[in-house]
Amino acid sequence: MLHFELVTPEKLVRSEDVYMVVVPGTEGDFGVLEQHMPLMSSIRDDAELAIYREEKGAPEMLRIQGGFAEVSETGLTVLAERIGG
Amino acid sequence: MASLKALKIRIGSVKSTQKITKAMQMVAAAKLRRAQMAAEAGRPYAERIEQVVASLAARVTISDQTPKLLAGNGHDSVHLLIVTTSERGLAGAFNSNIIRAARRKADELIAAGKTVKILTVGKKGRVLKRFYPKHIAGDIDMSAIKNVAFSDAQKVADEVIQRFDNGEFDVAHLFYAKFQSALVQEPVGQQVIPVPVDPDAAKTAGAVEYEPDEETILADLLPRNLAVQIYRALLENAASEQGSRMTAMDNATRNAGDMINRLTIEYNRTRQAAITTELVEIISGAEAL
Repeated sequence: MLHFELVTPEKLVRSEDVYMVVVPGTEGDFGVLEQHMPLMSSIRDDAELAIYREEKGAPEMLRIQGGFAEVSETGLTVLAERIGG
Repeated sequence: MASLKALKIRIGSVKSTQKITKAMQMVAAAKLRRAQMAAEAGRPYAERIEQVVASLAARVTISDQTPKLLAGNGHDSVHLLIVTTSERGLAGAFNSNIIRAARRKADELIAAGKTVKILTVGKKGRVLKRFYPKHIAGDIDMSAIKNVAFSDAQKVADEVIQRFDNGEFDVAHLFYAKFQSALVQEPVGQQVIPVPVDPDAAKTAGAVEYEPDEETILADLLPRNLAVQIYRALLENAASEQGSRMTAMDNATRNAGDMINRLTIEYNRTRQAAITTELVEIISGAEAL
């Protein structure tokens, strides 16, 4: 499982294990699974993160503003200024 | 010796003062808990972004393309002091400590021949105008804000960055009180523009892919980092203010208690003296018969 954290300046919104997250990067969407290589990417404004808790099933969509994604050995961290429209 | 009536009025007035300080202390204690929680909740984001910026900053080589917020604009003559204070007084030495720290820095810079500009955030910082009437660059009004949100810090950061882009200053320092405990709040002044680079940070993260490239990410993150620093300063300030007020009001309540005791003793003595005098008068009057 991939450890996924979503943080805003006001609080740690989420910290959980998920199957996959599709991140809308500035240079294109990319999916992050467990054991992904280290990566830093900015995120397009007003785009949606797709969080897949299970391998099958519909993703949970989350709109974020002013985002930045960091993938390291410990998992995926998304820094967002705001959540929602 | 004061009359009985005057003493009684005095005791009454000290008692009602004590009630007020006691209430303020309790309100501050409740607010302190909330402010502390907010400060703690904001920590993960600030730590992460700091880490990322530090490791990126250590990796890029300074060139013309490097964002100015990191590399500076090549000068060191105009300094902007961003002084964040509270909106209300009666918080012990909280505001004066921050202002003293800012004044020390300002005097130091002026003595070194630099130009100093001061941007005050919060009402209580405006007294700086008295000391440096020619150096005030502006004031950001925070009176409408009850609980600091990130967007408030963002506004301050936007203004600062705009001034920086206009070439109004070269170096910026941020002043606030760091919250350590309800008893101890340490005034700090820290440089925020250009971002101080920690050379040790480079060793983290071996092969990391950057999308787009380092410079673009930095250019994107640096303004955000400034907003986060300011946000953190405001949160620390909020907690420090409440902590400082709580301690100050606790002292005030205790002082009022001492004063009430003293006045009560004086009141009783005066009353006793009056009774004794009266008795002596009656007895000597009876003996004369």
